[in-house]
Amino acid sequence: MKIDNSLPLEYSTEENSLKVLGFWIFLGAEIMLFGTLFATYFTLVDRTAGGPDSAELFEIAPVLIETFLLLASSFTIGLGIHAMRLGRKKAMMAFFGITLLLGLGFLSVEIYDFVMYVHEGATIQTSAFTSILFTTLGTHGAHVTLGFFWGLFIILQVKKRGITPQNANKAFIFSLYWHFLDVVWIFIFSFIYLKGMM
Amino acid sequence: MDFFDRFAIPHPSPVIYASMVAIGLTVIAIIAGLTYFKKWGYLWREWLTTVDHKRIGIMYLISALLMLFRGGVDAIMLRAQLATPEAKLLDAQHYNEIFSTHGVVMILFMAMPFIMALMNFVVPLQIGARDVAFPRLNALSFWLFFMGAMLFNISFVIGGSPDAGWTSYFPLAGNEFSESVGTNYYMIAIQIAGIGTLMTGINFMTTILKMRTPGMTLMKMPMFTWSSLVANVIIVFAFPVLTVALALGTMDRLFGTHFFTTDAGGLDMLWANLFWVWGHPEVYILILPSFGIFSEIISTFAKRNLYGYKSMVWSMVVIAGYSFLVWAHHFFTMGQGALTNSIFSITTMAIAVPTGVKIFNWLFTLYKGKIEITTPMLYAIHFIPLFTIGGVTGVMLAMSAADYQYHNTMFLVAHFHNVIIPGVVYAMLAGLTYYWPKMFGFMLNERIGKWTVWLLSIGFLLAFMPMYITGLDGQARRMYTYSESTGYGPWNMASFIGAGIMAIGFALIVYNIYYSIRYASRDIGSDPWDARTLEWATHTPVPEYNFAISPQVASIEPFWDSKKKGQELFKGSYEKIHMPNNSGIPFIMGCIFFAWGFSFVFGIWVPLILTTIGIFVCMALRSFEIDHGHYISVDEIEETETKLRGAN
Repeated sequence: MKIDNSLPLEYSTEENSLKVLGFWIFLGAEIMLFGTLFATYFTLVDRTAGGPDSAELFEIAPVLIETFLLLASSFTIGLGIHAMRLGRKKAMMAFFGITLLLGLGFLSVEIYDFVMYVHEGATIQTSAFTSILFTTLGTHGAHVTLGFFWGLFIILQVKKRGITPQNANKAFIFSLYWHFLDVVWIFIFSFIYLKGMM
Repeated sequence: MDFFDRFAIPHPSPVIYASMVAIGLTVIAIIAGLTYFKKWGYLWREWLTTVDHKRIGIMYLISALLMLFRGGVDAIMLRAQLATPEAKLLDAQHYNEIFSTHGVVMILFMAMPFIMALMNFVVPLQIGARDVAFPRLNALSFWLFFMGAMLFNISFVIGGSPDAGWTSYFPLAGNEFSESVGTNYYMIAIQIAGIGTLMTGINFMTTILKMRTPGMTLMKMPMFTWSSLVANVIIVFAFPVLTVALALGTMDRLFGTHFFTTDAGGLDMLWANLFWVWGHPEVYILILPSFGIFSEIISTFAKRNLYGYKSMVWSMVVIAGYSFLVWAHHFFTMGQGALTNSIFSITTMAIAVPTGVKIFNWLFTLYKGKIEITTPMLYAIHFIPLFTIGGVTGVMLAMSAADYQYHNTMFLVAHFHNVIIPGVVYAMLAGLTYYWPKMFGFMLNERIGKWTVWLLSIGFLLAFMPMYITGLDGQARRMYTYSESTGYGPWNMASFIGAGIMAIGFALIVYNIYYSIRYASRDIGSDPWDARTLEWATHTPVPEYNFAISPQVASIEPFWDSKKKGQELFKGSYEKIHMPNNSGIPFIMGCIFFAWGFSFVFGIWVPLILTTIGIFVCMALRSFEIDHGHYISVDEIEETETKLRGAN
């Protein structure tokens, strides 16, 4: 394992730099995935078939809380990566932990939101609009859920084995993923929620 | 017994029962054979757990040939049913199922793995790499493809085949009109295989962008590697659309959502759009690597460097861009209006320009070349005119006003077979013949090979040219029969005979493999075709590490230059080589995915949840695993190299 010390730890081996590029390409595919979901959403948004439409369904308070939680988590994971580059294991683990807790908070509010929608008579089977609404939000939420476990495993590995080139690489890639979910959420917040409430 | 009723076939026939027995006997024979010859350990160690790109390539190849047989049998049954008017060989339901599976199997489970086979085997060798960027992910890609294909193939004996066409348009594919689980199989099997393909796309993009040997800049890459790079970029950006489309379709069928339904606001046309936003780029995922193969072969056997290298590269990039801008030409008649149709008409016709550039480049490469007609070259020479006919009829179909006459007729069927068979299938068979000596250490028989090419071409013309005529005359595709008064009878009989001749051609390939295994010389050296690129610079058989020393490259054809101008490829001395370890996880994960898909198809929720957990457990295990691979020592390399040099 050749380690190049002139590069940040997460890029320091050949395998590491391959993985970072591979993950960026994967994020390209993810953009297409969410892009397709958004295109489908905009196609179906007015097809409510007599069921609730977006203006009736959406409420600003929970969505704002979700947005703040997720944006804050994007900041804390940035701090986590910064701590990792300084070699401060405890600070890194703490920031990763806070990130995941914020993610968990986001998920709780999202689930609460989903329950509210169902109470207002909007299930995934109600209309084309509710089908794609739940699917787009659910796909994002599933990504956050997966990210929660992924991040948890990385914290455990850093705890066990320290900040090695492999762990730094995993943590850095995970941070790319987490930032990406934040970007997707900004689109959801702007174009699904805010536009839907207008 | 209610639980088991769902596994019964909705439209049984003696042929299907016979197939069940045949499948059962084959499985028993394989298990018994492996046990009798004590090959289980060998199979597990050398193949099921391998992460070597060459072996994965060969496994793709075997799967592709098996699926070619399956899809071919489907094709013969279709042509036999249509050979005479009012035939009773198949009923409408069986005919629907067979043309649906024929399409899916041939495109997704034959052509795709065939291309993956050549990409896996050839690309790392062409760029002088030791393996792909993510060897274990590569193994997982293969097993997901394989399990997806197997899941799709058991549909006709368990629960019923998909019957809504390979495009599976809604509302026909919805629960209302497709009651059997067949369309569930379609959605979920393709989903599993598609995830594998997406991972291959990421893997090969990374490999080609980051792992080229010293000196090989992007514009010095061999043409097949270039075509693979472009195809993989298309994979990465097109397959997620399919992932979404299939997921929405699955939810419509299993969870009662309303994406593509005709009630509650659903929009059936949305499926057609999503499907073809993936589907049209998919066509170019197939044809671009085929163009790459032909470029290699034409340049090798014309003994000239490829004419217009840069224009070849740019035409592929332009084709890749256009491939995302033409999808609506698949449904000009669905009423999206004159403006939209005109735009898609123009973008579609525009694709003919870069494609024409490529055709002329091949012709100019041949011009004044010292042409040697080998079997791969014969495929290439047949490809150019036949493919051009397909291209010209494609431009005819691109005219949206005229398309109202051609739409959903046999004219269309003739067109896309006309580009896919001489384009993709010939390229794959040519590539198979061309790379066979590198894969297996002996050559396929040339005489039988040339017979095969001629039979395929004659059969092809006889089978598909009549369809242009009956299509213009109004014979609809996907109709299981027609009346005698239409006058289609003789033309369809000609098609049937043509299909039979093609079947003989394909059978000859199998015979050729058998014949060559028995009689071909094993003393062929490492460069039997006098070729030009790096994959021929290493030994045959290729050692595990591909190249003992990474080659130094200074031109587009480094191996040719090393042979003719004496440029030294391998400078320096042996160093220990880092290689990845084998792993059983990809195979196990593939098996779990198979069980997952099967439970999903039938909506059996408890195993579905358990297998979902199983998949994530595999991923978690991988996360915690420490695997730094292993090193091959200098002594071992010297030993292998001496042995292989002696053999040559």
